[in-house]
Amino acid sequence: MSVVLIIFCVLAAVTLATAFMTIFSKNPIHSALYLVVCFFSIAGHYLLLNSQFLAIVHVIVYSGAIMILFLFTIMLMNLNKEDEVHKPRITRLGAVVCFCLMCLVLIAIFINSKPIVGPYDATGEDYQSIKVLGKVLLNEYMVPFEFASILLLTAMIGTVLLSKKEKSQK
Amino acid sequence: MASNILNHIGIENYIFLSVILFCIGVFGVLYRRNAIIVFMSIEIMLNAVNLLFVAFSTYHQDAQGQVFVFFSMAVAAAEVAVGLAILVSIFRNLGSIDIDNLKKLKG
Repeated sequence: MSVVLIIFCVLAAVTLATAFMTIFSKNPIHSALYLVVCFFSIAGHYLLLNSQFLAIVHVIVYSGAIMILFLFTIMLMNLNKEDEVHKPRITRLGAVVCFCLMCLVLIAIFINSKPIVGPYDATGEDYQSIKVLGKVLLNEYMVPFEFASILLLTAMIGTVLLSKKEKSQK
Repeated sequence: MASNILNHIGIENYIFLSVILFCIGVFGVLYRRNAIIVFMSIEIMLNAVNLLFVAFSTYHQDAQGQVFVFFSMAVAAAEVAVGLAILVSIFRNLGSIDIDNLKKLKG
């Protein structure tokens, strides 16, 4: 068992455990904090795959921006109390059954498709440094890149419009 | 670094990890009533897919998978911002964000 495999196993265990804790913890703030740990471990996976730029972007966007947004919303709504009622028992049972069946089916599919996966080639070619990524992003994917900025602008305007307080109410 | 990292780990481990992470996300959407936790589960699902994109980008030694992850991150950021704004306005009108209470479509 090589060192890399051990690191991968530890990171995977952290990822899955914190993802489960996100769902099962009663307090929404605890959920958000577990989700931060989950995102950091996914960034660790990216680092393990040697895509450093993506790991940094992931930490900045997810662990930074999105989680701060979540925490602010939770605190804005004053939800940090643990009085949430559960779903009816039959629904929860259905969710557990659905989870198990979906895992079973997908994992069975990928185990059976394993012979298709060929050997891994390592040409030593640089394909994931910032230099190469920037070239691909700004040459081949120029138009989607610009559309992403329009999407973010639209999202910003929509958010401001939606969360503005209406004075005529009350 | 000449040797591929997947020689040590194997792409199938990443596939299994992503599948289980995605299923956890689906489970969270079905299991919880709190709409914020449902949003977090959706984020977990998006991250599972992103992880698989990066793993296969390494497998094929191609940068395009990572570029796709950038775009999906941009979409995820926009989605979370708009979704949380909708949740805030729902909370202002109804006083709770329990998704089982959101049955009526009138204000």
